[in-house]
Amino acid sequence: MADQPRILFCHCNYARVVPDEVKQGVLDGLCQSGRAFEAVADLCEMSARRDPALKRLAAGEEPVKIAACYPRAVKWLFGSCQAGLPSDRTEVVNMRELSADDATAAVLNDTVDPNLPADGSVAATEGEKKI
Amino acid sequence: MAIADETTLRIVLYEGEGAASLNAADRGATVTALLEQGYAVTCAGAGAVAPADDSALLVLGRFENGQAPEAEDANGAVTVAFRDITGLDSEGITALVETERASTQSAKHGEWKPWFPVIDFDRCTNCMQCLSFCLFDVYGTDEDQQIQVQNNDNCKTNCPACSRVCPEAAIMFPKYKSGPINGDVVSDGELNREKMKIDISALLGGDVYQMLRDRSQRSRSRFSKERSSDKALGERTKCLTKLAAEADIDIPLEVLQSLPSADEIAKKAEVAKAKAKAALDSQSS
Repeated sequence: MADQPRILFCHCNYARVVPDEVKQGVLDGLCQSGRAFEAVADLCEMSARRDPALKRLAAGEEPVKIAACYPRAVKWLFGSCQAGLPSDRTEVVNMRELSADDATAAVLNDTVDPNLPADGSVAATEGEKKI
Repeated sequence: MAIADETTLRIVLYEGEGAASLNAADRGATVTALLEQGYAVTCAGAGAVAPADDSALLVLGRFENGQAPEAEDANGAVTVAFRDITGLDSEGITALVETERASTQSAKHGEWKPWFPVIDFDRCTNCMQCLSFCLFDVYGTDEDQQIQVQNNDNCKTNCPACSRVCPEAAIMFPKYKSGPINGDVVSDGELNREKMKIDISALLGGDVYQMLRDRSQRSRSRFSKERSSDKALGERTKCLTKLAAEADIDIPLEVLQSLPSADEIAKKAEVAKAKAKAALDSQSS
């Protein structure tokens, strides 16, 4: 199991921008899986607090999957606290765009598809999604 | 104490050796209840978890014989407490955790404003337009004259105006409803926003007051009879609401209503511009 990515789940407590059924579905899937995971109440709150735990969550040699919102937002919620996520081994699963089933499957899939935006990237077409 | 200076408590739900496993329903109910109270939870099941730091640790488990072990960090750097949760429901567990949080003087969650700008430094050119634009001192610069979000709590809830004036679409509000302000990918079309920028500048700059003066001129006789601060405020609100609706810029009414007077805006704008200029001059020198 050493190759399994770490999992971080954001509950997005303080706004209804992530559909309840999606975040609860993903959380239920994680709890049923028996996998180790980190769950945080709200990454935005941690960033606002400059919570040192962000550095802990970003640290480590393992690849990491983050169930949260848009990859660009997640990157800079960490980045603004000098807790840079490794772009070559971080995949953000966007619960604002995916169904509960798709998001759960993406989180529990051991294959990591890094998708943090590259420097200064601009989408080729309007509405293009990274996930 | 500033929220950034407060310590947080890391909760670990332990189901390893010396403790019974929780079934999925109990695990889910416990984690959900703790998250809803604002706590971060590490579920130590199969696989890796994030490394330790110097946050205080509270380890919860259904320990053998209902006896929580006693242990301390070998390096003495971390406060560790074990608590047995055998027989407790999620409500009892959150009450237990809250007691522990209070005893460690860790941050109480939820006492923050979930609305503040996040800068995408891949896109930001450090042009200082946001610093120059914001009247509420949300932005500042670090010692290298790099733009920073310095006063989160000054930000006006649901107001994304600074994001709209950013020529590079580099300012995000992750809890905003739509992209690219919410962090969605930036398209080429989003960068063509010069017109919107002018509209907002006019709205928050001087034209609002010119419009008010024009209206005031037209209704001078009525105003002379019934001039009062309440009526003036009412007029200002109507005017601002109309402008906001016409400009379709999604700035909350309460933000518009809370704007300072024209003179105060002018003074604040001068201060902000001076800060921005000083930062830019410093960069070029």
